Parts: sequence; structure tokens; C-alpha cells
Amino acid sequence: MGKSFLSQNPSVLWFLIGLSVFTLVVTLLSEVTGIAFISTSFVKTLGKTLCLCLIAVAMDVVWGYCGILSLGHFAFFGIGGYAIGMWLMYARTEIIVLESLAGQVLPPTPQEVSDAIGTQIFGVVGSSEFPLIWAFADSLALQLLMVVLVPGALALVFGWLAFRSRVTGVYLSILTQAMTLALALYLFQNDSGLRGNNGLSGLQNIPGFEDTSQATISIIFFWASALALGLGYVFFAWVVSGKMGSVIKGIRDNEARVRFLGYHVESYKLFIFTITAVVSGIAGALYYPQAGIINPGEIAPIASIYLAVWVAIGGRGRLYGAVIGAAFVSLLSSWFTGGGAPDVPLGFYTIKWTDWWLVLLGLSFVAVTLFFPKGIGGLFDKLVRKPS
Amino acid sequence: MTTLLEVSGVSVSFDGFRAINNLSVQFAEAELRAIIGPNGAGKTTFMDVVTGKTKPDEGRVIWGEKNISLLGMSESEIAMEGIGRKFQKPTVFEDQTVRQNLAMALKNPRGPFAVLWHKRTKANGARIEAIAEQIGLTAQLTRIAGELSHGQKQWLEIGMLLAQEPRLLLVDEPAAGMSVEEREKTTNILREAAKTRAVVVVEHDMEFVRRLGCKVTVLHEGSVLAEGSLDHVTRNQKVIDVYLGRGHA
Repeated sequence: MGKSFLSQNPSVLWFLIGLSVFTLVVTLLSEVTGIAFISTSFVKTLGKTLCLCLIAVAMDVVWGYCGILSLGHFAFFGIGGYAIGMWLMYARTEIIVLESLAGQVLPPTPQEVSDAIGTQIFGVVGSSEFPLIWAFADSLALQLLMVVLVPGALALVFGWLAFRSRVTGVYLSILTQAMTLALALYLFQNDSGLRGNNGLSGLQNIPGFEDTSQATISIIFFWASALALGLGYVFFAWVVSGKMGSVIKGIRDNEARVRFLGYHVESYKLFIFTITAVVSGIAGALYYPQAGIINPGEIAPIASIYLAVWVAIGGRGRLYGAVIGAAFVSLLSSWFTGGGAPDVPLGFYTIKWTDWWLVLLGLSFVAVTLFFPKGIGGLFDKLVRKPS
Repeated sequence: MTTLLEVSGVSVSFDGFRAINNLSVQFAEAELRAIIGPNGAGKTTFMDVVTGKTKPDEGRVIWGEKNISLLGMSESEIAMEGIGRKFQKPTVFEDQTVRQNLAMALKNPRGPFAVLWHKRTKANGARIEAIAEQIGLTAQLTRIAGELSHGQKQWLEIGMLLAQEPRLLLVDEPAAGMSVEEREKTTNILREAAKTRAVVVVEHDMEFVRRLGCKVTVLHEGSVLAEGSLDHVTRNQKVIDVYLGRGHA
């Protein structure tokens, strides 16, 4: 890395400049400076969008560069969210419980405190016991480690089993769908230990920062998301440049040929699958405190399919394409489904975008695949003639 | 000359069809060999067995001075042992430059982490230049491989094989679809390569085999029909029957 890396990849530099300017402009126009042109809730939407851009970049690496059409990366995103959500919920409930017990004559025993927190968190699913997976929930450091370790370990085991058996193409895609579906169904159960379909909530309240306004918190998370996207982008740009990029693009284009060159294709796939899963986990850990709530519906199979659609529309095989696709489609999606788009009266029928947005998205996906296989990012090729 | 690869008593059947039938053949350390035979003689299956793509039903495939069995090894492990394969259709990575194609093939550590931290070095650069020189693509190093002509792609693929520094090169119909001039160049590249390693060319163009001027093995119905110089085998009555007149067999 270093100077030569950036000079060889001018698009990375342009991306970082663009991201910095965007971050600065949003900060200046937000409520923290008093200008308040951008509302706190919209700052959160933009921050969440940056997290979606980060997972889209990861998806582009695994799919656009390495040719593995994973339709399960949102599972890793969700696991990252759950991992951080457990600490947020535990720590905040602990503060509330301690406050309410403070008035008592006898100081509460640690067991009493723990029971009270358990009742608060798990009362909704008729339990008060802490399941084993909450063992580290009182430690921010350990839960942050889980954000990275759990998606990484799951991807490693799943990928090892799948790639070792040489499951490829559409079969692999189906398998990844099954993985995320299985995880979602498991989490929907009340005794999964993660509050079933209630999920984890109140995640926007950061323990220890009760006196800080949501405007400030939203900006801090926005910065953190921008930083994560910037770092993730540079990291993946570095991974896909140079020889590693050559090999994984080779695997995408002709797996057997790479094998006869003496490369152990499965190790490479596993490596790419796992690092992208870890980055997806980090993106999820930044996303859900801004969303405020996570439930098993978030990792339903359709979420991972959307991810593939964003990357396809943005343009596969180019990292900025993934960013453009994720930002463009997810913001457009919230505009359409949020009632922002005006209804279209046809006389005999009125098109309500809340219902028809998905149809529009589906049609755009088909159109992009058929007519613009390079996606929106492909337009840049026409503007810049890049010497290779 | 010491034996580099020994295939003995190998049989392969697909759904009852015997693609290779008790095939035994040997290759020496540095030799150029042509394998000829009509369609369905088992030429491609033979290469599949040696490179680990197909597992034989019976027989042995013994490699090198340590007499390692190649059966049970994966494709990438066999490639690392020093067996390179060129496919019939030129398969280069069309999205990438000639230099990137050669760099990927260059003999270097193949693990993901070694590759991730890989740095361009002068030594590797010089090796790439030398190979490009050998295959006549020096001027094309920065071009995207997909833009090359058919012949240039074939040479690039041979160059990629040479970059792997294999001890045995299996080449499947290198002259298919080439002009006379291109054939001549291909012959020279292969002859040059065979000075330091074993090169096995599978071909059914007799004219090209004659140009190579090497020992010939004739395959028919999955086993060796005849072996020797081209003149020797073409005088063989069985070979004549198989190639020219199946009618009176």
C-alpha cells in the first residue's frame, strides 16, 4: 500500500475525496451546527446508507470479482447487528435497573441485579434467564470482538463445507439462501435467546451517553459509518488490485484453468468469502444502532437478494459501482416506500408506489441485466478512457 | 534417460464405455513426444488422468525420481509437482493483460496470503520479459489478452505454462486453427521448451507432427497401438488400417 497504490488506483483517491466532502457537507447542514437543513432522522438514513454501501462493496468483491453469487451476506450483517445490540441492550437495561434499585435500604446483590436485567430483557418472551450466548453481553470489548468473530467463523465453516464439495454457481446461491433463511427462522423462535420476533430494540440509546442529544449521536455514527466505508473501500481496493485480484478474477472467469495453474481455488474462495463476511458484520454493527431495532426479519432471504440487485444495478466488478448502486437504490427505495413518490392516477387504476415499487425495482433489475450489464458504473467507462 | 512419468495399466470407463483400456506409456526427463490417434482414441482422457481431473478405475501413474503416485492428488497439487497442461481451446484470462496472465502463472508461492502480500519484484519482471521474448509477445505485454489473435492466445497459454516451470508439459492440439507461419513459430517454441523438460503434444494433424520430428505414440481405442518415429509408425499396418482404411479390417 502507500503512495504507489493510490497513484495506481486513482478511482480510490477520487472516492475518498468524494466521501470526505459528502461527510463534511452533511455535518455542516445537520442539526449539530444549528443550520438543521438536514434533519436528524435523515442523517440517520444517510448513515445507514453508508453501511449498506459498505456491505455492497463486500458483495461486489465476493460476487463481482470472485464470481461467488452469495445470497446470504445479509446474515453476516444481521449477526453483526445482533452482536452489538446485545451489549447496547444489556448495558442500558443495567443502568435502568441500578437506578431503580438505588433507593433500597440494602444494596442489591449481583444476582438480584442480573435477575432484574434478565426479567427486563426477556420478559417479553416469558423468560428471565440469561441464555448462554449472552455470556459476554456485559462487555463492550468482547461483543465488539463477536461482531467480527461470529460472522467470520460462520463464513469459514459454511464456506469450507460448500467450497470443499465444489458447490458452485446457482447451487451455491441456493445454499447461501438456505443459510440465511435457517438463521432467520431460528431467531424467530422465542427460545432462541435473542427475543424471538421482537428482536433487540432501543439500540439508538447509547449507554453512558444518555445526556447526549440524538442529533449529536446520529452525526457520530454517521462519521463512524463514513470512516468504516472509507477504510473498507481502501482495504478491498487493495485486495482486488495486484496479484490477488488477478487470481480471484481468474477464478470468476475460469475456475478450472486457475486450478491447473496450481492455485488451490477453494482456499481463495474461502478467504474472500470470510473477509467479506467479517466486513458485512462490521457494517451491520454500525447500521443497527442507527436503525434502533433489529429483528429476524432483517436477515430474511430477500434482504440478501436486494444486496445482489444493488450491486448489479450499480455495476459489478468495480467497487464504486457497488457504492453507487447501494446508495441510489436504497435511497430511492425509501423515497418510494415512504410515500415520497406521488401516486399515478391512470383513471381505471391508481399506481400506489408503496405497492408497485418492488415491481419497478424488479423491472429495472431485468433491464439492467439485459441492456446495461455493466450497470450505472459502466457509464464512467464512457467518460474516462482508462489506460490499462 | 530417466523416466519422468510412467503410466501403467490404466483403465477408465464412463458408463461402461472404456475411454482408456490398459494404457501403458512412459516419458523421459527431456523429450518431445507426439501422441496421435483418431477421435475417441482416449487422448484427452489420458491427459485428464495425468492432471488429476479424472480418476482411473485401475492402474498406476508414477511421477519423478521419488516415484510419487499422482492418483489421489488434487489438480492444483499435481500442477505444483510440475505438470502443466495446455487446453485445446486457448484458455487465457481474457479480462487481464498479457503481463497479468504471465504473472499469475509464474512459479511463486501459491497460498492466498503469499499472493495477497505479493510484491512486484525485478526478478519476476525479468522472468516475465524473458518468457514474453520466447513466445514473441514482448510488444503485447500491456494488452488485454482478449484482444489478441487466436495464434497469440495459444502462445500466451504456452508462455503461461513455461512460466510455471513445469517438468512435463501436456499440450492439446496447439496448431489447431493456425496459419502456416504461426505453426512454424509454435513448432519452434515447443522444440525449444523440450530441451529442458518433457513436452507431450497431442495432435491429429500429421503434417504438424512431421514438423515436430519427434518420437510418436499412436493411441487407438484407449491403448497404445504403435510407438516410434513417425516414418516407423506410418509404415505399421495396424496404424494404416486405423487411419486410412477401416473398411478392410
